[in-house]
Amino acid sequence: MIKQKVRVKTFQINGIDVTGRSDSTILEVAKEHDIHIPTLCYLEGLSCVGACRICLVEIKGSNKLIPACTGKIKEGMEVFTDTDRLHKHRKMILSMIFAERTHTCSVCVSNGHCELQDMSVELGMEHSQVPYLTNRFDIDASHERFVNDPNRCILCTRCVRVCDEVEGAHAWDLVDRGLDTRVIHDMDDPWVESESCTSCGKCVQVCPTGALSEKGVSATEMVKKKSLIVNLLEMRNRER
Amino acid sequence: MAQKIKVATIWLDGCSGCHMSFLDMDERLVELSEYMDVLYSPYVDQKEFPEGVDLTIVEGALSSDHDVEMIKTIRQNSKKILALGDCAITGNVSTMKNLYGTRAIMETGYGQNADHNESGEYPHLVVPKLLDRVHPLHEIVPVDYFVPGCPTPADAIYTVLKALIEGKEVNISQLTRFGK
Amino acid sequence: MITTLEELEEIANKKQCENNECREELRVCIGSSCLSLGAKEIEKDLKKSVKDRGIEHRCRVKGVGCNGLCAAGVLVSHYDNESGEEVLYEKITEEDTDKLAKAVESQKPLEEHRSDMSRGFFAKQKKIVLENAGYIDPDDIEDYIAHGGYRALFTTLNDATPMEVISQIKQSGLRGRGGGGYPTGLKWETVAKVDAEKKYIVCNGDEGDPGAFMDRAIMEADPHRVIEGMALAGYACGAAKGYIYVRAEYPTAVEKLNKAIKQANRLGILGNKIADSGFDFELEVRLGGGAFVCGEATALVTSIEGNRGNPRQKPPHLSDHGLWGEPTVLNNVETFANIVPILNNGAQWYRGFGTEKSPGTKVFALTGHIENTGLVEVPMGMKLSELIYDIGGGVSEGRNLKAIQTGGPSGGCIPADMLDLEVDYDSLKKVGSMMGSGGVIVTDDSSNMVEVARFFMEFCKSESCGKCVPCRVGTTEMTDILDKFINKEATKEDFELLKEMCEVVKESSLCGLGQTAPNPVLSTIKYFEEEYIKGIKDD
Ligand SMILES: Cc1cc2nc3c(=O)[nH]c(=O)nc-3n(C[C@H](O)[C@H](O)[C@H](O)COP(=O)(O)O)c2cc1C
Ligand code: SF4
Ligand code: SF4
Ligand code: SF4
Ligand code: FES
Repeated sequence: MIKQKVRVKTFQINGIDVTGRSDSTILEVAKEHDIHIPTLCYLEGLSCVGACRICLVEIKGSNKLIPACTGKIKEGMEVFTDTDRLHKHRKMILSMIFAERTHTCSVCVSNGHCELQDMSVELGMEHSQVPYLTNRFDIDASHERFVNDPNRCILCTRCVRVCDEVEGAHAWDLVDRGLDTRVIHDMDDPWVESESCTSCGKCVQVCPTGALSEKGVSATEMVKKKSLIVNLLEMRNRER
Repeated sequence: MAQKIKVATIWLDGCSGCHMSFLDMDERLVELSEYMDVLYSPYVDQKEFPEGVDLTIVEGALSSDHDVEMIKTIRQNSKKILALGDCAITGNVSTMKNLYGTRAIMETGYGQNADHNESGEYPHLVVPKLLDRVHPLHEIVPVDYFVPGCPTPADAIYTVLKALIEGKEVNISQLTRFGK
Repeated sequence: MITTLEELEEIANKKQCENNECREELRVCIGSSCLSLGAKEIEKDLKKSVKDRGIEHRCRVKGVGCNGLCAAGVLVSHYDNESGEEVLYEKITEEDTDKLAKAVESQKPLEEHRSDMSRGFFAKQKKIVLENAGYIDPDDIEDYIAHGGYRALFTTLNDATPMEVISQIKQSGLRGRGGGGYPTGLKWETVAKVDAEKKYIVCNGDEGDPGAFMDRAIMEADPHRVIEGMALAGYACGAAKGYIYVRAEYPTAVEKLNKAIKQANRLGILGNKIADSGFDFELEVRLGGGAFVCGEATALVTSIEGNRGNPRQKPPHLSDHGLWGEPTVLNNVETFANIVPILNNGAQWYRGFGTEKSPGTKVFALTGHIENTGLVEVPMGMKLSELIYDIGGGVSEGRNLKAIQTGGPSGGCIPADMLDLEVDYDSLKKVGSMMGSGGVIVTDDSSNMVEVARFFMEFCKSESCGKCVPCRVGTTEMTDILDKFINKEATKEDFELLKEMCEVVKESSLCGLGQTAPNPVLSTIKYFEEEYIKGIKDD
């Protein structure tokens, strides 16, 4: 059997020479070289969708900004992850996420353990640059162990992906368009009535915000196990 | 010694928590008082909002016509405005009512949940009229500094004020955040 | 079943003879616009009147696709096969049908309703894509064949290699008519070069721009032209299966296409071993998911696959990861409709129309405050003034032209003082608009440009798929801010914020919808800033 040779590509991130497997994304190579790029919808172990646009980077010679989480590396490319233009864009995009739904951190189960909050600290966003929108969604607390509060959802679709790609249940999906987009179970059934949900709780663990939480926790108490997915996939691969 | 900074503080639609936090600066208040004169505040007895203020620290969101009037006066009379705490910056708990509308909240508060309300009316005399929508400060007037938190920790308030006095830059996000 | 060019010619000859049996034809436009004005009834009544008068041996009544002048529907044309003379009647209603039949009988054309065919609207057009529209019966494959149809396919399959086809298309300089203007030959070549067992050809008939109906007209008037173009693409690129994705709001187009595919299958023009060549090609119509964004290429293929029609980040491009993950060519309806004339007449002939960088013609839908609303086909590079005045007849009486919006919600406005602009992909881009699919919306001086910008922003807001943050939230925020300007409640800070948001949404959105959504705002700010300033309240 001829073993496929893994090709390696060399390029630059922020002026530093880096190398990566030819099929890697910019984000993967940056991580391997300890170069931090902020991300929200990305989660190691899941497919990449490029939805939040926080990880946008600049490529020399191109006007376009591309998301590091989906952008594949190219030989000789020069990537910049930390420019003024990117800071400006990221701050505005983060403002839009905060302004879109109702993030009342002080009373949120995830207060203090929330990736969205952390992002505001990381990007130095201490107020929203855009006016707050008002869009109320009903909370689904029908499940005996979990709660879905769409008012804190950022539509990262991690829950949809983990359920489909890791649990294999595809219980979650998106419905409606634009600002009204929501994650739902099956045909928009209450969680408890979902035929396909296995109640494994992976969606809750990967949800970056207080949108999905365990029942019974009060404000600030919801701490999640993000590493769960990577561990799980590692164990699975080992078995094979 | 340079002239003291003329400071005002005000508490609009908030819970007073941020003003409590301010007091929690404890002995550091003594230090700050060497650099600032508090002209107007819930802590001092002054009825009219003064003119010529250097810095006004505002706690709370804008929920009534009175709040809006106040913030406009404040903007006119102050060189800088510092929005203190989540209510002033995001609207926080106060804005949760935006999801239901002022009318629905009044009906619940003064109708359904009221033990005694024979007339069935909502308070509308003497008290300020509630807006249809609660706003954070910067949706109505330009704001110069934002120091979030619920309530903003005393340490953060101290560090920011100290930096303002000394004319130094601080990274506010290192000190506090939404919900802190 | 026909397998040779001779058999095809036979059908053509037979049909031509049949057509010639009747010296005259009354052609009733049954395009969507005329249909809604009762064209079907008029066709029926005319048939009856012609029969009642006993002239049916001499004059045939047939339904044809749109000839363009939709504002003057229902259109009926009286055509003389021998002399080639044509008299066009406008605004025909059921009451006029007998008069018309009588005019045919007495050979004295009606003076009323008669359209002046020498005027600019007709004279300045150049019909390549729409050459059959208004002449042939879209329901009858034989009529298409009689007008030279499927000859390009048969001769190509017999005599040309796939690479020769691609080379012709490349030389013709044809650029995608779906908006972006990407060179079609290059697109085909990329897919042709990929080594894959399965490849697909997809036709984009989703046409969701407000004010656009070019593709609908082509699909309704000349469905076989699109089918033949797709089959040729299949041969050139090595694909054996194609899909035509049509928005569900176009039932007539769907019906015509399905009928046409059935007829082509029956004659063996689609299916296995077409023209005895070893080339197989199968076609299927798919109904659109009912969203504008489904017209975006990656969303469209996802939708055909049966999933929620959300766009995805490119690359990978469809040419290496398209439908069902296979290499896919996706082109617009009008792009496919250009293939047959190019192959029939050669690339050099095609380059004789239009400009150096944008050869050929473009179909435009004129709407808004313009006299001749309707569909026109003109050479690329035509002056905007000719398009609006000579062809469009100018703005309605007593009004002045203010601006012209091209490219729909992704485009921008062009102020009236730029009427000398020669319309092609590059010139439009240069002035901050774009070709888009070909909708041209004319606004007169009664319009407020901020409201025009708001109209398009609101459209994008309601059509945003919701996947990525800048578009999902940004379009709503910008609509709200534009409202403040319209209500004269905006502040200077709002103006700054609006501009900043335009930049962020444009540069950071995932797909073309978000990336182009700010264009109408940006271009109205560029040319009509004073109207925004008027929306700022004074403190
Ligand atoms: C939001 C959006 C909507 C689109 N709608 C259409 C459409 O309705 N029809 C179309 O042909 N192209 C549409 N496009 C362009 C397609 O993505 C694609 O570029 C085009 O169909 C390619 O064909 P062409 O090369 O022949 O132009 C749309 C693009 C975007 C971003
Ligand atoms: S989800 Fe995060 S950002 Fe939103 S309210 Fe909760 S803690 Fe705050
Ligand atoms: S519920 Fe949580 S994981 Fe799911 S889309 Fe919303 S924020 Fe993401
Ligand atoms: S730009 Fe708009 S339509 Fe396109 S993916 Fe993002 S949200 Fe969807
Ligand atoms: S992390 Fe890349 S787009 Fe969200």
